[in-house]
Amino acid sequence: MTSALAALYPGDPLFAKGADLWVWVILLVKLVVVFAILMVSVLFVIMYERKVVARLGNRWGPNRAGPNGWLQSLADGLKLFFKEALVPAQADKVVYRLAPVVAMVPVFVTFAIVPVGGTLTIGGYTTRLQLADPPWGILVMLMASSISVYGVLLAGWASGSKYPLIGSVRASAQMVSYEAALGLSVATVVLLTGSLHTSAIVAAQHGGFLYHWNILRGFGAPFAIFSIAITAEMTRPPFDLVEAEEELAGGFNMEYSSVAFALFYLAEYAALVTNSAIIATLFLGGPDGPRIAGHSVGPVWFTLKVLILLYVFVWARATLPRLRYDQLMDLGWKRLIPGALALLLVVAGARVSWRYGLAALAGSMIALLLLARAIEVGRAGSGKEQGGMPSELESP
Amino acid sequence: MTSVPAPGTPPAPVRQSRQQLVELLKAKTSEGAQELLARHETSIKELRAELGGVLRLPEGVALDSGDFNYEAPDDETMILNLGPNHPSTHGVLRVMAEIRGEQVLRTKPVVGYLHTGMEKTGEELMYHQGSTNVTRMDYLSPFFNETAYCLSVECLAGIEVPPRATWIRMLMCELNRIASHLLWLATNGADLGALNMMVYGWRDRELLLAFFEKVTGLRMNHNYVRPGGVAADLPDGWRDDVAAICDTVERRMDEYDRLLTGQPVFQERMDGVGALDAATAVSLGLSGPLLRSTGVAYDVRRDFPYLAYDEVDFDVMVGTNGDCWDRFAIRMAEIRESVKIVRQVAKAMPRGDYRAQDKKATPPPRNRIDESMEALILHFKLFTEGPRPPAGDAYVPTESPRGELGCYIVSDGSSRPYRLHMRTPSFANLQALAPMARGGFIPDLIACISSIDPVLGDVDR
Repeated sequence: MTSALAALYPGDPLFAKGADLWVWVILLVKLVVVFAILMVSVLFVIMYERKVVARLGNRWGPNRAGPNGWLQSLADGLKLFFKEALVPAQADKVVYRLAPVVAMVPVFVTFAIVPVGGTLTIGGYTTRLQLADPPWGILVMLMASSISVYGVLLAGWASGSKYPLIGSVRASAQMVSYEAALGLSVATVVLLTGSLHTSAIVAAQHGGFLYHWNILRGFGAPFAIFSIAITAEMTRPPFDLVEAEEELAGGFNMEYSSVAFALFYLAEYAALVTNSAIIATLFLGGPDGPRIAGHSVGPVWFTLKVLILLYVFVWARATLPRLRYDQLMDLGWKRLIPGALALLLVVAGARVSWRYGLAALAGSMIALLLLARAIEVGRAGSGKEQGGMPSELESP
Repeated sequence: MTSVPAPGTPPAPVRQSRQQLVELLKAKTSEGAQELLARHETSIKELRAELGGVLRLPEGVALDSGDFNYEAPDDETMILNLGPNHPSTHGVLRVMAEIRGEQVLRTKPVVGYLHTGMEKTGEELMYHQGSTNVTRMDYLSPFFNETAYCLSVECLAGIEVPPRATWIRMLMCELNRIASHLLWLATNGADLGALNMMVYGWRDRELLLAFFEKVTGLRMNHNYVRPGGVAADLPDGWRDDVAAICDTVERRMDEYDRLLTGQPVFQERMDGVGALDAATAVSLGLSGPLLRSTGVAYDVRRDFPYLAYDEVDFDVMVGTNGDCWDRFAIRMAEIRESVKIVRQVAKAMPRGDYRAQDKKATPPPRNRIDESMEALILHFKLFTEGPRPPAGDAYVPTESPRGELGCYIVSDGSSRPYRLHMRTPSFANLQALAPMARGGFIPDLIACISSIDPVLGDVDR
């Protein structure tokens, strides 16, 4: 058991002396703490979003429940728990009940790999402020985001209703499309730092505020691609076609009520926190930052970075109109994926030698130009066929 | 005994076959089912009417029949019902759409959920009571309803309105146009997902509503414009208020240009969506920004000047492509034009009486009632019997924010209209939804509904 754990997490100081009872206790405590932090942060983030959106729109936002309204989301959550859990007659009962759980679990799993900052020594046991640090680290994030598609997809399909069905079909296409760009930009980061370990990725960015961070490497392109892709991946505005309040009136979670609905809400905002944390880890140096009064205050810097990222997400939601389905696909397949591929090639080439890098750059430039030309030709062709008026029935 | 259900169990639902249901739906109206049915349940004539809108078009315009597949199998399409309760149907509009995937093939607006028989109510009210009824029809532009009604009544009864009343009406109408367009800007932003645009639009409309309240006592449904003039003179300091409103709105419009007009995502969502050509627009009887976006420069204010619109200087905004983007641009520009008109009106506001001193139509001034027996009798007779215009009919069109709004009144010489009909722009404009939305995606359908800017009170009356 001990050797298995040590093999599973090489380099983790917690297992350096073998896994005795106290190691297990520490693990359990860390598990509970991470879960609690995420749950509480969801309550906070919902209020944070509502407050920020309100202030951006010249409003106060909720300010009745608790001090300055900060307990509003707790009150809403409690209210939801006392509601009747309806299951529509048309629904596939088992899948319908399963879907919220499937949506929630991967998000919590993802947060396990986020290094919140530094190490902690308790009674001779040194542990990182990170639930798990497996050698395949960042792949957990990709895996979890792939699985979380199922939550939305199954919810929409199992509801037995038209709006959720449209929502879930949109969700599956959207999330699968942006998965590719997401994976490619993560691969770029992995090439830059040379490790899948999230702790190693953070360690590689240490030493100097902003100067060593991944956001500046690759001229910010991996950061931009990753941020757009992750926004689409968690269906945040302006990519919230899955819910699309004004079109699908709630989309995939339309038929849900009570605890099941609360779980979707929880999953959505936990994903927001987790993915902000992932962006901070991959590109903003995680807990990296200047020491304050001689103390290393990693978690403070980390929280600050996450808050800033959350603000940007909320800002986008308040301001940007929603993209249309075809525009979303255009952005994903015709811009992000080719861009991310070219970037990956160039970075891979540059890791070998600058000659390879230049060659890859030239090659990918040519490829991108060819692609742009192909898209242009394709557009012109389809325009000619349609002849202005939309034709009634194109082949399905 | 076993067949008797236990007390408290709901009665077993009556099972109807699909066939029976369709028959039932069709029997309800003289023009086929009001709801959108599957293609094989709909006659070809009805399909054609649907494609050209519910109002009948010449068939050549309605449909190029080679363009429509009558035999399309049902399992490829789905009929989606939006509304009457839906976040972006602006009230209780119900839209049924036949979709294949995301593409909208057929659309049918189902109206009548807000029908309260206001035209019929108008026939039961005396002429001087009418404004309080019509003002509730298009609740986002109440001054226009009142003005349209009063102009018709004055035309029937031959009442001469003093110039100050005319200019006050014009001032209030143009401010109302700004308020209405601002609200449209807000809902249009919200319909496309720009969350905070909604709040900004409502915020700016609040300025105008506050001014309306100051002038009329009410934020909406003012009953301010009355046959013979207006209910009260403008309050002291109105020029300052109007100047402040004009300055603020103009400044804010520049902000919205930065927020929406220059926004690439917004442009992509609006550009080329829901395009109409001029012939379809004219044959559907469209008016207002919807018609002007197709390039037809028809504005009642310029083409059939009423009030004193021939004395102010303004431009009629015309588009070229007839798409949502043109309609957006036209409304944005119209807000600025209205500000221009309001400034001119405030400058040129004549002095004088704010209502006609017509013994047959308007009450005598309040202080005269205390002094003069004759005035008291006149007042009493006016409010018990009402004014009696001669027999005849009148129709005066006005340009509301949504298009041509006119009131057709037939008088039989009594104190109540024999027939009161409002020609409302929202009802006619809504017919454009089917040709606009055809071939687009579901989000485009929402954008189309939004850019028609229907007010359901105006549609259903």
